[in-house]
Amino acid sequence: MSQEEAKSQHPTPMLDQLESGPWPSFVTGLKRLRDNAGAAYAPMMNDLLGQLEHSYEERTGYWKGGTVSVVGYGGGVIPRFSEVGAKYPASKEFHTLRVQPPAGMHYDTDVLRQMCDVWEKYGSGLIAFHGQSGDIMFQGCSSENVQPAFDALNEMGFDLGGAGPALRTSMSCVGHARCELSCYDEVRAHREVINEFLDEMHRPALPYKFKFKFSGCGNDCVNAIHRADFAVIGTWRDDMKVNQDGVKAYVARVGRKYAIDSVIAMCPTRALSLNDDDTLDVDNKSCVRCMHCLNVMGGKALQPGDDRGATILVGGKRALKVGDLMGINLIPFFKLVTDEDYQNLVDLARRMMEFFADNALEHERIGETIDRIGLPAFLEAMEIEPDPNMVNHPRTSCYVRTDDFTDEAEKYFERKAREAGLDVAAD
Amino acid sequence: MSSAPTLRRPDETGVPDPFPYMHPLMKKNYGNWAWHDRPRPGVLHHVAKSGEEIWTVRAGTQRQMDVFTIRKLCDIADKFAEGHVRFTTRSNIEFMVASQAKVQPLIDALSAEGFPIGGTGNSVSMISHTQGWLHCDIPGTDASGVVKNLMDMMHQEFIKEEMPNRVRITTSCCQINCGGQGDISINVQYTKPPKINHDLVAKVCERPAVVARCPVAAIRPALVNGKPSLEVDEQKCVCCGACYPPCPPMQINGADSTKLAVWVGGKHSNARSKPTFHKLVIANLPNNPPHWPEVGEVVRKILYAYKDNARDWERLGEWIERIGWPRFFELTGFAFTKHHLDTWVGARKTMNMSAHVHF
Repeated sequence: MSQEEAKSQHPTPMLDQLESGPWPSFVTGLKRLRDNAGAAYAPMMNDLLGQLEHSYEERTGYWKGGTVSVVGYGGGVIPRFSEVGAKYPASKEFHTLRVQPPAGMHYDTDVLRQMCDVWEKYGSGLIAFHGQSGDIMFQGCSSENVQPAFDALNEMGFDLGGAGPALRTSMSCVGHARCELSCYDEVRAHREVINEFLDEMHRPALPYKFKFKFSGCGNDCVNAIHRADFAVIGTWRDDMKVNQDGVKAYVARVGRKYAIDSVIAMCPTRALSLNDDDTLDVDNKSCVRCMHCLNVMGGKALQPGDDRGATILVGGKRALKVGDLMGINLIPFFKLVTDEDYQNLVDLARRMMEFFADNALEHERIGETIDRIGLPAFLEAMEIEPDPNMVNHPRTSCYVRTDDFTDEAEKYFERKAREAGLDVAAD
Repeated sequence: MSSAPTLRRPDETGVPDPFPYMHPLMKKNYGNWAWHDRPRPGVLHHVAKSGEEIWTVRAGTQRQMDVFTIRKLCDIADKFAEGHVRFTTRSNIEFMVASQAKVQPLIDALSAEGFPIGGTGNSVSMISHTQGWLHCDIPGTDASGVVKNLMDMMHQEFIKEEMPNRVRITTSCCQINCGGQGDISINVQYTKPPKINHDLVAKVCERPAVVARCPVAAIRPALVNGKPSLEVDEQKCVCCGACYPPCPPMQINGADSTKLAVWVGGKHSNARSKPTFHKLVIANLPNNPPHWPEVGEVVRKILYAYKDNARDWERLGEWIERIGWPRFFELTGFAFTKHHLDTWVGARKTMNMSAHVHF
């Protein structure tokens, strides 16, 4: 670096303090880009560091939004224009491209290196793996370079993610690729659902955002229940598999008291009992597939059953505007094994998004729509029958009109009879 | 006049197929894994039904990575692993190898380059966080800087598995809370109503949309100094900042009024108890870069009260559920105030409607 360059560097005394300590430092990374003399992005990163230092001093952010997009798409680029661009001109445009990762976030080194090359050519050299919706965030691009950067990434087989009132980028856990608890093919569900509705992602036209997330079991490693409008969480319907030798080995390893205190007594529905010979009894009708005993005792002792699928929960979101909502258990068991099952999942997703598009108010998430119209009306629109797994307990309020209760009860018994394979008079 | 340049239409390819990038053993045993164990913190050992085995080494990253860091990780993956990596939802990187003999050299290579090995089992994993001053248009604080300080402080808890259960921490730079729910959540909490630049409101903001955005109906159209603008009923305003993104002239941030709050007991896993939202512990912590020491001290107190007192497999919220909130506030030394009493829709369901009392 020449003396002139060194002089033009913004001092960053506050950020400099974030370079020590055992955790990898993002500041050191930003400086590596600034100091890569000759790189087109070096001045941009110098000014970015200057603006960030300015934010640290003033305790204020200096970015504003705007409109930047690529040909054919309305969303996927997060525009950032600096409010202090006169002082930091090289980073006055610092847009982000949200790019969808491969399902399960698998990469090989070739593709990562190609991404680095593209982002050195057109962007800042700063990439986040990943944003909270799961996007690879290519951060720091001038307005002029957004299109060629996208073209290069798109040629590599990557596509923009969602932003604004649109279908958003989705996430799926590692699942089938490396987890014995996985109850359905997460990659398949993730790709078949999202790739069916790319128009809703790329050309934002929904009332507000709509998010899908795919977790292979109740541990919900991608946090679907809090964060997704449509959460697909793996489960099974038959009995869990117990390998009694594995159970005995576990008890022998940790001790009987520990096994009782940490596994048996922590079962939320008291479905477990340790026998005198250190084998395990499971009351599968009481078990709610919470995953605790499987997590703690491990796959050598316990495994999910064979009749697998997912629980679908709808309406999760954070505070804006009515307050936090968690997904409601809308479909306790959705079989996910055959081609037809996965097609059924796509069809359900379509009906749900069409309902959302037609009925939600502007800036309303589907969980808020359900609260506004009531779950019974939503179920009717979705053609889903009420199920006691949808509630913690039946209603406690008597303020409801029940003159058709007997007809509704009749439908329930007919449904049950059909499920049991019996003839139904109404047919 | 020359013709316009040809516009390239996008290939709407959507979610990429992961199989071309996936480690061959993961591909081969896809959907057919039998069990796993953890030979040491930061290392997973999975065994497929076929009997084939794969080892995973997990390392922490700074998430916002420069290309040199990414290439360094690629070099390590090519030289000491098998060229395939993946990222966890909490921005940890995982290297997969087919033989146990490769594990230690891989750990050594990552450690030599400063990447901490851990984040598995009952550890404190990487903090899920947001963009902050680096890139967001509405942030009250920074994200990466807060996280860097906290992860430095909790480094030992990332590389060991000594917590009662896993600990998931999140940070968010505004009350939209993109960081999400966590065992411990550090979130911006505004303390003053927006300061309105009446010269700009009519030019910049779609006023009815801003009025509609307010959760407590505190915003109304008004004529201020002869200009159409918006005014806020400051008695009603809950200082949430919801009006600020659609109307930047309603500045919610202030160098002294943007504060941080710490929340505990959020949990998305269904293991044992049903999933829960996080609950308020302390508000009004100063937004104090570059080290945010007051926040670090609060997190440290909560984390170690949990570590020292919880039973194995209790998540932070489940531990508090057992010992009760009075004991939690006593053990951590924080004040319980009227602001801990919920006043929002559904607040009544958060009250103790029983004679159950913790003494």
